[in-house]
Amino acid sequence: MAELKKWNEIPIGGVITEPGTARKYQTGTWRVKRPVYDRSKCIDCMMCWFYCPDQAIMEENSVMKGINYFYCKGCGICANVCPKSAIEMRPETEFIHKEE
Amino acid sequence: MIKTHKEAITGAQAAAYAMKQIEPDVVAAYPITPQTPIVEYFAKYVADGVVRTEMIPVESEHSAMSAVVGAAAAGARAMTATSANGLALMHEIVYIAASMRLPVVMPVVNRALSGPINIHCDHSDTMAERDSGWIQIFCEDSQEVYDLMIMAVRLAEHEQVRLPVMVNQDGFIISHGVEPVELLPDEVVKSFVGELKPLYPLLDIDHPVTYGPLDLYDYYFEHKRQQIEAMKNVFKVFPSITEEFYKLTGRRYNFVEPYRMDDAQYVMVALGSTNGTIKYVVDQLREEGRKVGLLKIWMFRPFPKAEVQRYLTGRKAVVVLDRSASFGAEAPLYEAIKSSLYEAAAKPLLGSFVYGLGGRDINPELVRFAFEKAMKHELVADQELYLGLRE
Repeated sequence: MAELKKWNEIPIGGVITEPGTARKYQTGTWRVKRPVYDRSKCIDCMMCWFYCPDQAIMEENSVMKGINYFYCKGCGICANVCPKSAIEMRPETEFIHKEE
Repeated sequence: MIKTHKEAITGAQAAAYAMKQIEPDVVAAYPITPQTPIVEYFAKYVADGVVRTEMIPVESEHSAMSAVVGAAAAGARAMTATSANGLALMHEIVYIAASMRLPVVMPVVNRALSGPINIHCDHSDTMAERDSGWIQIFCEDSQEVYDLMIMAVRLAEHEQVRLPVMVNQDGFIISHGVEPVELLPDEVVKSFVGELKPLYPLLDIDHPVTYGPLDLYDYYFEHKRQQIEAMKNVFKVFPSITEEFYKLTGRRYNFVEPYRMDDAQYVMVALGSTNGTIKYVVDQLREEGRKVGLLKIWMFRPFPKAEVQRYLTGRKAVVVLDRSASFGAEAPLYEAIKSSLYEAAAKPLLGSFVYGLGGRDINPELVRFAFEKAMKHELVADQELYLGLRE
């Protein structure tokens, strides 16, 4: 997280003076379950891309390219709408030690 | 010298006339007694083409303040007016207007809050907004309403302040009472208030900004600290505005008005139109050789603690009159005065009188009675007394 500023270092009234700052907001830390993507089952229908409320599905030229864990809050909608069960929701606890 | 003219008008007309001359970009309002004539007179200026203001007749006061907040955030000079339960219905957005640092000016015609329902004057409506972050100014008469409306625009919009201002006038007593008011020419007022210099206007599409984002434990506290600082800045900024106004009109304003205070031993403190009655009684008592005086409070928020300490330290007794109660605690003005004197070198005796709730009349006899209590040293600091109540 960026270093927090003092009261006299920020614009008044809670105004945000640059556009698009939501991009910097790491909502991925909210996640309790992690969507795990299996490329071998995927048919690139992009249902997950349409439904994802956080634009956390990465795509390139209509091809599914995986999940952006910086934004993904783990809501599980993508796994729910996937017609090929190519996304599985797994508890974040399974990944703690692997990342260390 | 500027050519002024006098008209016999009400406090409501004085507020509307000032608004006509300020000519805000947007006025959104909803009628409520006794504020209604302000908006009626202003709507007529709009209908007659006297002002180019965008007038929004909304469906409630909550919407009025919301529209004003939206307009002010867009970069417009925006105003509304209200009373009593209208102000209460606005409350949510009143707090937001101050928190977003929008320099809105709002005449408030003070009326008792329901219930039981009552349309007459007391200060319960504005006192319920005491901690909303608005600057609160109280007027003694229609002339002060006119003058302070004009100065309020400058104060609200000052770059070191950027806070909304309530200009309070007593319901019916001022708002519907006809008095001669000296009015400035339109161009003088226009030049005094100048053009609004909007800060972060939403309509500046080359510099997009976000108003009202989620602000949690990481920054909310810092934003509140900014509001506290802006209130402190009022003490630096307001005197220069009143000085400029004095040079223009010969009428001097400040945070407080001392009346016959030089050698006064017994002092009364009050808000609003009652100060006129107190001055009358002070004059009578002075003729009888009694050393009495008055400290009128023009600005209640921010509270002018330094002036109060300067004027009240060393007096024999101070009587504070409140036109609202704080149920289960001391009345708002009394509490502020008492707290200001905590560290005074020579503390006066203090007494609290609540009066005039729901429009109950306050007359010279009652004011004299309160002064006599002080002069007999019969005040008890922790005891609240009542003027004009059957008991």
